[in-house]
Amino acid sequence: MGGATTDLKLIDEKGLRIDGRRPDELRPLKIEAGVLKRADGSAYVEWGENKVLAAVYGPRECHPRHMQNPTRAIVQCNYNMASFSVSDRKRPGPDRRSQEISKILSEALEHVVLTHLFPRTSIDVYIEVLQANAGTRCAGLTAASVALADAGIPMRDLIASCAAGKVADTIVLDLRNEEDNFGSADVPLGLVPRTGEIVLLQMDGDLSVEEFKTALSMSTDACHRIYAIQKEALRKKYCVAPAVIPAEVANAIHDVATEKPQGSDVPPNEMPGNLKEGVQ
Amino acid sequence: MSGGSETAMSDITRDNIYRMIEKNQRADGRRREDFRSISVETGFITSAGGSAMVHLGDTRVLAGIKSIVGEPFPDTPDKGVLTTNAELIPLASESFESGPPKQPSIELARVVDRGIREGQAIDFQKLCIKAGEAVWINYVDIHTLDYDGNLFDAANIAAVAALKTAIIPASKFEKGEDYPFPMKHLPISATFAKVNGHLIADPSFDEENVASARLTVVTIENGKLCAMQKGLGGSLTRAEVEKAIDLSLQFGIKVRKQVFNV
Amino acid sequence: MNETEESKEEARQDSERELVLPGDFITDGKFRAGSGTYMDNGKIYASTLGIKSIRSDFVNVVPLAGQYIPKVGDQVIGIVMDMGPSNWLVDINSPYPAPMHINEAPWRVDFGDTARYLKVGEVILARIFMVDEVKHVQVSMKDHGLRKLQGGQILEISHSKVPRVIGRNGSMIEMIKNSTNCRIIVGQNGRIWVDGEIDSIDNAVKAIRLIEVEAQSIGLTERLKEFLENIQKEKKV
Repeated sequence: MGGATTDLKLIDEKGLRIDGRRPDELRPLKIEAGVLKRADGSAYVEWGENKVLAAVYGPRECHPRHMQNPTRAIVQCNYNMASFSVSDRKRPGPDRRSQEISKILSEALEHVVLTHLFPRTSIDVYIEVLQANAGTRCAGLTAASVALADAGIPMRDLIASCAAGKVADTIVLDLRNEEDNFGSADVPLGLVPRTGEIVLLQMDGDLSVEEFKTALSMSTDACHRIYAIQKEALRKKYCVAPAVIPAEVANAIHDVATEKPQGSDVPPNEMPGNLKEGVQ
Repeated sequence: MSGGSETAMSDITRDNIYRMIEKNQRADGRRREDFRSISVETGFITSAGGSAMVHLGDTRVLAGIKSIVGEPFPDTPDKGVLTTNAELIPLASESFESGPPKQPSIELARVVDRGIREGQAIDFQKLCIKAGEAVWINYVDIHTLDYDGNLFDAANIAAVAALKTAIIPASKFEKGEDYPFPMKHLPISATFAKVNGHLIADPSFDEENVASARLTVVTIENGKLCAMQKGLGGSLTRAEVEKAIDLSLQFGIKVRKQVFNV
Repeated sequence: MNETEESKEEARQDSERELVLPGDFITDGKFRAGSGTYMDNGKIYASTLGIKSIRSDFVNVVPLAGQYIPKVGDQVIGIVMDMGPSNWLVDINSPYPAPMHINEAPWRVDFGDTARYLKVGEVILARIFMVDEVKHVQVSMKDHGLRKLQGGQILEISHSKVPRVIGRNGSMIEMIKNSTNCRIIVGQNGRIWVDGEIDSIDNAVKAIRLIEVEAQSIGLTERLKEFLENIQKEKKV
């Protein structure tokens, strides 16, 4: 956001945006789970012109050693943009922006991963932006959640993420490059869809409190639609028929794997954080 | 694949690799001199002037080309510039660490660069805008996405395919009309590993882990050699080197036909 | 059971064998939350991607992906990674490396003499004999049948597919053993050791890979039978 001006008509007379979208419309979003061989879990997201790859390794021995936590896993998320992903070539290596994004994504993911199940380990999440067109941190977080599920890592829920903002005095969803550059506000949001918990929130620009609330409602709504696409991607990879595994197969797996009840992943008396209190 | 930063290879697995190679067989059904199948998708990244996504077996590499206007080197005032960089990102393998390029990624970038430069593949004079003042500076950025051995060949094919299909964005910089990147030749690399005394082509991740030596040979269309690199701590016999050259020439012809229709 | 009861039972079983994703609602209150699930506000949700399974009084999700987390009593195939004067460090294909103390080895090992008995890269059949609350793991080779494994071949599969490869009451793995005449040991940690004649090993490995790839398909048992029968036919030719 910089208050830069442009001749571009960001919103036309019919209320449509430069790419023809309505204010509350998402760019086309495609998600594929399990695309890499080496990683424990992975996901590839094409969101508008964004192309983002996420890979998960872990839980595994924690490196560096001194960061090990004796009671739980740490989630180390590393967001990186390829040199050729942006219009003006970016020098390889983490810059301050990437480091900030890595931090906030790690914090978001740590909130849903059941880290207490894997003390002393690290769950490493790598997000690589291959092509960028605004909203890459949201695309990255969306992809990372799918990659974590693909890796079989226990979580309370996936995280869906989307940004909303203001362009030519209109609150719009899912800003593209030009809207991000010439608009007046950008509000990326990361949501735990089942509970409505907000795990990622940033804002920059110029918004009234009412405008902010409108933007938040718009992106919250979109996150639920994105959530459905994330789940569909995982189902597609793990299923022969949608959602149902034939009984003959499930029986074989079930009988051998579960002879006695083992504890829930979160013992009822030791709910971390706000689980005990339930949904807000 | 899972369970820690790097799984030890068991002696049983190593002995099996040796035993099979002795019988001219490999774990994925190939014979010693077979390369894995290759698929190349160019134009994958539209924010780059050129790009290519290469699958070599399960190894996946993406190369992107970015061109900007800059000053030429003083000793070559009328020639454009090429810089090659390779990223071995931890996303691609538990054996890669994050941080600045280490020796393996530097070696990879330099070998790919050497193959392209020494093979006279690029007509650098066609990348001159105004002699002594402005030329095209071209960055080849190689990104490893999934690692199952033989990054040298995957990276070389990705770089060459990306350059071959790249467009110089002259209009964006107001230096005239866009034009295709001036490639004269197609240098193709072929890499071999020496395992238990035998030379095998296009080593997989496991095979690289038990290899004593590695040889990359880069050839161009007219049958000439333009670059070579021996790697790892073991040694090669003269006969092995000559055999590798032979196989590289054949592989080069095959790849040029399949990928570039040449 | 009459027809409507039977189909109700089938439908119930089908719905109990559903693929669930993290955050999916499974059921309300009366059940106990088993592994792969968590409870929130009296309701039970899935925490891992897997198959929902509802028993009489508890609910589980059997994972379809994920790391092997050692449990006491598990038989595992380990690879020696390192050693000290009084122990070896064993890779058990898990986030947790597993030391084995010389007291847990099947030989009388003197302090400092560890390299004589097990070297880096060697393969052992061992048992998980201790896991504490912070997941410090120890393995032992002191039980009957535990030993160094030599020769043969090792393959790794996702540990979540181990039950499918073993089959109900060991039926799948027995089918492969009988048909190929191979010795096969399946570690709970997803490592499998196969030994026999060279060609038979190859066939056994192919059969195991077939199960791994098609773990969720209908008719897998039939396809496996067919595959193994074809091998027998080829042998006779």
